[in-house]
Amino acid sequence: MWRPTERTGDMVGYGDGSGGIDVAGGAGSVGSAGTGSGVVSAGSLDGTGRGLPPGRSGQLNAGAGRKKTRRYATNGARYIVLAGLAVIVGFPIYITVVNSLLSSRQIAARPPVLFPLHPLWGDFSAAFSQAHLGLYLRNSFIVTILIMIAEIITSVLAGYAFAYLKFPFRRLLFMACIATMMVPMEATIVPNRQTIVALGWFNSFPALIVPFLASGVGIFLFRQAFMGVPKDLHDAAKLDGYGHWHFLTRIVVPLNRPLIAAFALYAFMSAWNQYLWPLIVTDTNSVRTVQIGMAELENVSVNHFNLIFAGTLEAALPIFILLIVFQRQLVRGLSAGALKG
Amino acid sequence: MRAGANGSLDGTQRIGRFRNASWLKVMREAGLAYLWILPALAVFGVFVFFPLAKAVWLGFFKTPPFPNLPSHFVGVSQYASTLSSALFLHSLWRTILFVIFTVPTGIVLGLLLATLAHQRLAGIRIFRTIFSSTVATSTAVASVIFFTLLDPQVGLFSYWLGQRGGAGILANPTLALPAVSVVTVWQNIGFTFILMSAALQSVPDDLLEAARMDGASRWYRFRAVTVPLLSPTIFFASIVGIIGSFQAFGQIDLLTQGGPNNHTLVLIYYIYQAAYTDNNYGLAAVLSIALFAILFVLTLAQFWFFERRVFYVAAN
Repeated sequence: MWRPTERTGDMVGYGDGSGGIDVAGGAGSVGSAGTGSGVVSAGSLDGTGRGLPPGRSGQLNAGAGRKKTRRYATNGARYIVLAGLAVIVGFPIYITVVNSLLSSRQIAARPPVLFPLHPLWGDFSAAFSQAHLGLYLRNSFIVTILIMIAEIITSVLAGYAFAYLKFPFRRLLFMACIATMMVPMEATIVPNRQTIVALGWFNSFPALIVPFLASGVGIFLFRQAFMGVPKDLHDAAKLDGYGHWHFLTRIVVPLNRPLIAAFALYAFMSAWNQYLWPLIVTDTNSVRTVQIGMAELENVSVNHFNLIFAGTLEAALPIFILLIVFQRQLVRGLSAGALKG
Repeated sequence: MRAGANGSLDGTQRIGRFRNASWLKVMREAGLAYLWILPALAVFGVFVFFPLAKAVWLGFFKTPPFPNLPSHFVGVSQYASTLSSALFLHSLWRTILFVIFTVPTGIVLGLLLATLAHQRLAGIRIFRTIFSSTVATSTAVASVIFFTLLDPQVGLFSYWLGQRGGAGILANPTLALPAVSVVTVWQNIGFTFILMSAALQSVPDDLLEAARMDGASRWYRFRAVTVPLLSPTIFFASIVGIIGSFQAFGQIDLLTQGGPNNHTLVLIYYIYQAAYTDNNYGLAAVLSIALFAILFVLTLAQFWFFERRVFYVAAN
């Protein structure tokens, strides 16, 4: 069993941007690809040194100062590209925040107000109370979290079974699970609604949760990932007398933690995104989710664009906070690396 | 517990025991497997396969033009007439366009952002947060935001794009579908970014370093080392992306309702209109089955294609 090197070697392979596309594109960026490792290899590359291994190209100590300047230039170019993309990706959310702090009249003003000099905080409480957002958010969280946890458990178990266990009809059953990804919700929504009514679940949480307790995507994803777990590990675990449960919980799951975290986000997102189904199996506010609240918000506040922006923000903010927390775990899981023997 | 652990047995007995034990082991493994896939299969059975079969059945019955009349059995003729209708073919084409607009763009952008954020730079966390931030929005939230920004009177984007006044971008037959696609790509970019970032982290540094030592350029390293190692993830993202785009509903409903003049009438919205606007369950059932069949074939084709090309990291 091998352990991951705790990112010691990545000064070279990882940290110097060598994993990146040459976005800076300029002459400087190519030559300075190895500068992150420059502590050890003092070699500098001239502009024509494209592809030559840094530190081995001769010209030792040729120009440490020039190299430093070039590194600043390269990093500057990287920051410019990153910032440009961040503005494009982040602008819709930024402008939503700004507009939620403006009056309707300011939102309509041209040239547009891009920074709220005199923020109006009242929009948030107005949007919150007028569209029952508190209740909707609570319902959304209950439904979404239960679905997410259940999907992870059922998908990991099934994914493991399909990757490691031998049993009759394995391929057929796996194809059946994959096939569920190809069955659009809308294709089954009319019969499903009848099933829910027949079960007496209409307008209840089970109606919103039970149909989504398993995920074809999850099973597919985990099966693919588990098949990528080195075979040596499996053999070693067998030699150590691990049963399948121990191999799953002590090796396979920790090993795939980043993927499970990514899937958890995906499961959360798709459950949170449910739009049509909650609408047709519920008819009172007590169990309705925040997506339907959005439609109501739009109806409540026609011509009050500030309220619409404030409301969408309130609907998205809890997830945004969760994402930041989640991302920290995600990143930690990722950088802690792969194997735990 | 373990087979053959009884040292006191003589040879023949041991062989017999061993056979018995290995058969038992096979049975136990199968039993364990069924136990572990049972929850998923039960849910799929009740809420996916049973209703799907029921939808096929419903497609054999023609919904009468007026309510409260009994629907009557017409067999496959309803399938034939619906699937050859001009509106169905139009809807299919709009759906394919939507997939083309959204899926490759989303994957390339997600990979680009993930690669850029996979650098050791001060403050890179801020960029990662921004790039993944659209995960926090739902389809409904994203749609409502863009709907407001694209509003022909007060929308900021309409103003910047010189589309102020008039009917607006979402009512423009040429621009409506691209606009809905942009919203879709934007809303999905956070997830794609996170997925690609997670995969990038698993690319072994020593491989990239070895390639670098061999004199491979940065682009070549990306193309020849990173991308092949990411191919399972790219495969996953493209399957999920195509299927997701075929199923995209919320943004259409909130932005264009299939309009203008059916220019954003993707299949799923056509189904929705048939079932819930026109109460034509027979037609909706046929369309649902058609959509299902298309996705099924598509995914099988993708499987076949990728099975030859996908490189499983450390599979052996």
